[in-house]
Amino acid sequence: MLITRRAEFSASHVCAQRTLSPEQNKQLYGAAANPNGHGHNYVLEVTLEGEPDPVTGMVFDLKKLKELIQQAVIDPMDHRFLNYEVPPFDKIVPTTENVAAEIWRRLEPHFQAGRAHLNNVRLYETEDLYVDYAGLVAEDLG
Amino acid sequence: MRVTRRYRFAASHRLHSAALNEDHNRELYGKCSNPYGHGHDYVLDVTAIGPADPASGQVVHVATLDRLVSEAVLKDFDHRYLNADLGEFQALVPTSENIIRVIEDRLTAHWPDAFPGEWPRLEGIRLRETRRNVFELKS
Repeated sequence: MLITRRAEFSASHVCAQRTLSPEQNKQLYGAAANPNGHGHNYVLEVTLEGEPDPVTGMVFDLKKLKELIQQAVIDPMDHRFLNYEVPPFDKIVPTTENVAAEIWRRLEPHFQAGRAHLNNVRLYETEDLYVDYAGLVAEDLG
Repeated sequence: MRVTRRYRFAASHRLHSAALNEDHNRELYGKCSNPYGHGHDYVLDVTAIGPADPASGQVVHVATLDRLVSEAVLKDFDHRYLNADLGEFQALVPTSENIIRVIEDRLTAHWPDAFPGEWPRLEGIRLRETRRNVFELKS
């Protein structure tokens, strides 16, 4: 069974590589490379997979999931400039892909022992663009 | 990793099969068979799959995907009467099932020009005719 919890955060970012020229960054990232950054209302959907506990009837305590998301993602990222304030985005480009993978890395350790495991992280940058990350699977290794 | 991009087009269509008589068409397609057609604001979700490039952090260059979808699909489908304006629907009823197949064929045909490498690949598409009718096709 899958259960999904939704959360939101607002953050700014700029997509550019230090090793590229402004023209090259513009070519690669378009307006997202504008040097002073811009922001989004990110929508995060965290999906867990597991069987309901026979006593509690729950796959995972959604209140606890809400707290985990709050501590691991929302508190550090909400109303922040990702490149300047949220490692590792001082070193890697905070594309939606990289932010989704970072959220996975922050959440996944919390689900290694219990009956529910992390199934998917979906991150909407806008209503028209989202990324699904389910950990390192074959296609992620190229 | 999968990246999904949403596109929209407005188009009209009429569900009517030349192989069936009027009564049969009416019975099968109901008001969708009304003679002058009707329209929808279609929503098309295109999902690409692949590794995120370590340097760029991107699975897919979204502007390239936008160009591909625009050229291969939207420019022909948006603000058109599908039955009259598209070659594919001269002999094919433009149900959403058939529309999504035609769109997938077009994207598959043009994909290697836009993305010549091994990745990203087209994973699938989803077509929303209305909020209540959604169709999905895995590539």
